[in-house]
Amino acid sequence: MKIIIALKHCSIKKHSLNIMDKLWLIIKREYLTRVKTKAFIFTTLLTPIGMAAFLAIVVLIFSYDGDSQRIVLKDDSGIFAEKSIKDSERAKFFIRTESLDELLETYKEKNYNGVIHIPAKAATPGDEVSVTYHSDEQISATTKSFIESKMASRIKDFKIEQSGYDKKKIEAFATSVRVKEKGTSGEAKDKGDRASIATALSLIIGSIMFMVITIYGQMVMRSVMEEKVSRIVEVMISSIKPFQLMMGKLIGVGGVGLTQLLAWAVLIPGLIFLVSLIMPFIMDPPNIDMGGVGTEMDMEDMENRGIQFLQTVGEMNWWQILPIAILCFLGGYFIYSALYAAIGSAIGDDLGEGQSFAIPISILQGLAFYITIAVVQNPNSPMAVWSSMIPFFAPMVLPARMAFDPPLIQIFFSLLILFASSVLLVWLSARIYRVGILMYGKKVTARELWKWIFYRG
Amino acid sequence: MNILELNQVVKTYENHTAVDGVSFNVPKGRIFGLLGPNGAGKTSLIRIITTITRADGGTVLFNGESLGSRHPEAIGYMPEERGLYKKMKVGEHLIYLARLKGLSAKTAQSEIDYWLEKFGIADWWNKKIDELSKGMQQKIQFIATVIHKPNLLILDEPFSGLDPVNTNLIKDEIYQLNQQGTSIIFSTHRMEQVEEVCEEIVLINKGKNILSGSVKEVKDRFKENLFEVQFEGELPTAIEEKFRLKKRSGNSLIIKINDGDDSNDILQYLVKNDLHIISFKEILPTLNEIFIKQVGN
Repeated sequence: MKIIIALKHCSIKKHSLNIMDKLWLIIKREYLTRVKTKAFIFTTLLTPIGMAAFLAIVVLIFSYDGDSQRIVLKDDSGIFAEKSIKDSERAKFFIRTESLDELLETYKEKNYNGVIHIPAKAATPGDEVSVTYHSDEQISATTKSFIESKMASRIKDFKIEQSGYDKKKIEAFATSVRVKEKGTSGEAKDKGDRASIATALSLIIGSIMFMVITIYGQMVMRSVMEEKVSRIVEVMISSIKPFQLMMGKLIGVGGVGLTQLLAWAVLIPGLIFLVSLIMPFIMDPPNIDMGGVGTEMDMEDMENRGIQFLQTVGEMNWWQILPIAILCFLGGYFIYSALYAAIGSAIGDDLGEGQSFAIPISILQGLAFYITIAVVQNPNSPMAVWSSMIPFFAPMVLPARMAFDPPLIQIFFSLLILFASSVLLVWLSARIYRVGILMYGKKVTARELWKWIFYRG
Repeated sequence: MNILELNQVVKTYENHTAVDGVSFNVPKGRIFGLLGPNGAGKTSLIRIITTITRADGGTVLFNGESLGSRHPEAIGYMPEERGLYKKMKVGEHLIYLARLKGLSAKTAQSEIDYWLEKFGIADWWNKKIDELSKGMQQKIQFIATVIHKPNLLILDEPFSGLDPVNTNLIKDEIYQLNQQGTSIIFSTHRMEQVEEVCEEIVLINKGKNILSGSVKEVKDRFKENLFEVQFEGELPTAIEEKFRLKKRSGNSLIIKINDGDDSNDILQYLVKNDLHIISFKEILPTLNEIFIKQVGN
């Protein structure tokens, strides 16, 4: 009976798989084993949440200005007697008539933060008025500039009233000037307040590109090293060609990166939108004051700016930015991960050696990142244009420039060079890879890697 | 009919020749020993046969055809240093390797069921590879090597790291596959295993084959005409004039005869001198001795 089973078992149906079938099997494994891990699911979901939370916290920190200040006005000039300064969230003002000495002795007991003394000469004509803020506590720069602007505005009104001029007429002279940009063919280029928003978005896009390309490039390196060290590669290479194995890995891991990128492309704007809905005025970048904002801005104004931010984000040419970002990710990913794969194949189990070989690549990526930061400040400078033609920098620089509508011809050439270079680098890396993965116990030098490219397998 | 024919195969690396004009044939349905010390060129040869690398010179025929990209599906290779993807589950790992060898998902599934059942490890399907001991992983590796029913099986040190029970289990499977017609190349340093398992051998040293043939032939070639006799009774003193005694201890003798002499002469002489013969046998060199002698030279 056993013999019959054994004989029956002898025959087996085999069908020759073509190259694409095998490649697909490898891609599928490389992709699924990574996408199904808890680590992937967590980073994909938590990064946008973390980013939104971080953004919200930063905004809160910068917009936090302590408790409302209670400030006594000791007015010798009479300017504030009729009309004091309107109370606000930042400070409340109280006019007192006691003597200054008396006030300075008692202000703490009466729960005030400080005393502002306005001298009598404040009411005399002149372009500068000195008032003194008496307090044992340090006043914040923002509160100080807030007080200065409020008082200046009140003193100006007082002087106008005193002079007998019609305030409305004088105000009619106020003129604001705005520079609008236009292309030579007449198309509007002006982004107005949107420029700062575009800059912020560009930096976010550039950073994400940098992060994803680095993470997945290094993932490829580690994976190649693992396969070599565990020697599974020898079993694999007896079924498929090294090039197929490498390409399968690059495409599979790249697919994981792309999945993450797409998930973030939906989640990050979504969450930022959500955060900005919850606290629209805080999300307005001009309000993230890094020091001394002396502008008068009431709540309504702030809310308007918040809405404008959302509008600007909504009006961005996302249908151009996103596909270009994805193409740049693919091009950049293939360039860097192919280099990482070649290094991983050459060094094997010596992780320290791997790191030192990877240093030149990290330097390139670091440079790309800093160039991106510089380019965002000046997105159409010659440096911006030329760095988007260098394939090692383009994957980060070009998507960051996209928020500023670079000329189509530049986008085209940048992508053309990027993809031509990635094909070349994948080919070169594959030449090194096919020799490297089967080489054990040998210290590899850069010169040797060069020789492997021309080695006949 | 040979499943594999190597003719003057050469493989050179940058500054050394790993395989230097090696020729041998592996007959169909045989267990063939590929022997040699470390660095002899065995791995280079195996990599050529498995199409991992290409030979720089000479020809390799598989089933009479020039070795090409179609043939790896008919070959199963288990390298000495074994590796599996640590994070994969046993079942999906085996399916993956089987699919790469050209099996359909359905066939792969039923084959894996068959083998896991056979090894009594059917409940391992969902176990992760890194949860398994080294010996357990080796069983999985063996299944992965034979799952696609290769015509030629190449096993590099298949028993290293296995306990005696599992060694026997794998050995039985190798015999069974061989009986079903699978040709097997068995690469090892363990000469006692070669004597036990292999029918034919080739010995490689420094990239050259220095010896090949059936185990019996090779042993015959290196025999020294030594015979061991165990007896009861008193040895005649004149025996040393008649024969060359290599060793004498108690009731046992080792005698060397010259080429062309007949071993029956020893028996006749001893019987004539009233000795009772308990056993009489020719001492053949072990493969280990031949190996050390040849490689040492």
